[in-house]
Amino acid sequence: MTQEADQIFVLAKHWLMGYVPAVAQPIASAVLSIVPVLIAFPLLFAITTVLERKGLGRIQNRYGPNRTGPAGFFQPIADGIKSLTKEDIVPLTADQAVHFLAPVLLVVAAFLAYAVLPIGRNMVIVNLNAGVLFFFAVGSVVELSVFMAGWSSRSKYSLLGAMRAIAQMISYEVPLVLASVVVIMEAGSLSTVSIVERQAGYTGIWPHWYLFTPWGLVGFFLFMVAATAESNRSPFDLPEGESEIIAGYYIEYSGFKFALFFLGEYLGMFATSGMAITLFLGGWAAPFSFLTWIPSYIWFFVKLLTLIGFFIWIRGTLPRLRMDQLMNLAWEFILPMALLNMLIAGIWHFMQPGVVRWLVCLAIVAVPCILLRQGLKRRKKFQVRTYRYAD
Amino acid sequence: MTLTFLILAAITVAGTAAAMGMRNAVHCVLALTVGFAGVAALYLQLDAQFVGLTQIMVYVGAVAILAVFAIMMTHTPAPEQPPAFSSHWILGGLVAAAVFAVLAWAIGSSAVSMQPLPAEPAVGVQQIGAALMDRYVLPLEIMGLLLTAALIGAVVIAMDRKEDRQ
Repeated sequence: MTQEADQIFVLAKHWLMGYVPAVAQPIASAVLSIVPVLIAFPLLFAITTVLERKGLGRIQNRYGPNRTGPAGFFQPIADGIKSLTKEDIVPLTADQAVHFLAPVLLVVAAFLAYAVLPIGRNMVIVNLNAGVLFFFAVGSVVELSVFMAGWSSRSKYSLLGAMRAIAQMISYEVPLVLASVVVIMEAGSLSTVSIVERQAGYTGIWPHWYLFTPWGLVGFFLFMVAATAESNRSPFDLPEGESEIIAGYYIEYSGFKFALFFLGEYLGMFATSGMAITLFLGGWAAPFSFLTWIPSYIWFFVKLLTLIGFFIWIRGTLPRLRMDQLMNLAWEFILPMALLNMLIAGIWHFMQPGVVRWLVCLAIVAVPCILLRQGLKRRKKFQVRTYRYAD
Repeated sequence: MTLTFLILAAITVAGTAAAMGMRNAVHCVLALTVGFAGVAALYLQLDAQFVGLTQIMVYVGAVAILAVFAIMMTHTPAPEQPPAFSSHWILGGLVAAAVFAVLAWAIGSSAVSMQPLPAEPAVGVQQIGAALMDRYVLPLEIMGLLLTAALIGAVVIAMDRKEDRQ
């Protein structure tokens, strides 16, 4: 019974495939795999917008949306109708074609990333040999669409936002990839499915997730910081900082194109969170051995919603970073720590299992981390800032 | 020659041709990116996943962004620019066609093309990694050293000197 519940979507697909003639089978199989993802994640986006607004409201000591439907949960429908019926304004000086293509490219790239995410047992669209590489390759296309949006609008604020966004995304892509390299080293594979399989099994009731190793713990934190920056979320939301450059690269978009940018950004956040789950949190596996009867896809979405909750919490709590702080954090702290983490993963691999391995690896992590922090702190001289170009 | 190959080849050729012919520098870069993506798709179609995805990551994610960033930093948008085609384009096209014909003839009549095609080797990411760490470790290290030197050079050039600021 539990197995049927776990495999219900896979069985449903096989059942539907029985009615398809053999000629159309490859296409029908692809469509049947893709359509649920195209439905599930935009739906999650709709739910997340309500949860985020309500959560932020609670943090800021006010009610969130509470008028539309039960407890305000029909708000995304109202938002959707509003953005569909709004006038689609394109600036007169804008580059029409590029201006139109930018949001399309963003959403396409964001959806492509889901092709390699294992959402449940046997539930992945394609099991690519180089799945993790595919994920990062698709992620790099997002930068291009951000540039297209910022440049084609022919607006000062758009261009500033695009430049900020690209500088930030390039800087944080390096630690994002380096933080996930440790998992690839240990799993010995770039395929997301086999990375999840390598984390299967339990000792007592505890799972074998990569999070529960020194390098996995460090890698997970570095990955999440870099992922927050990659998805332009607070405290790294300089590219769209409302109080500085209004909305950054998509200031000249209105109506449904604006909604597409919103959708693309959230889809990107879900995808990177899904990758963090795959790499460090055991994918769709249950967190305790006695909970394995709950279907695998439910565990994936529980983990995803937990990470989304953390994102909302951080957004409500932390102030925005300044540009130089952002760059210093990436290049002076996260990058050295990610490189050091790779060394630890190697040492961990070749040492005998036991307490000594834990202590050695933790010491190698903790000592440089503290020293680096002290060194960076001492170098900061608090004085009146001089601006090179803005005097 | 399958239909997919023809479509991808058409996209690649159209993208790169547009990159040469367009007047706006940013449009050129975007068209070139289409060409890069087409080449990557051709690699993927040949089942070379690693090369194809690296092509996207390096060329679309880094080279195109670098070009675009350089344009954004230096270029002031000037809508009126001289046409990209020079007046000698017929002559140029003739020379290009001649060079292509000679190359195609040389390749077609060489001994290499006469040999029967060897069996397709199954090269996965794992084999590429093993080869890089085993047989080709010295070239890899030399490449790394070269790139590090280039990186340090770039930082030295970009560093703002004390005397400049005063």
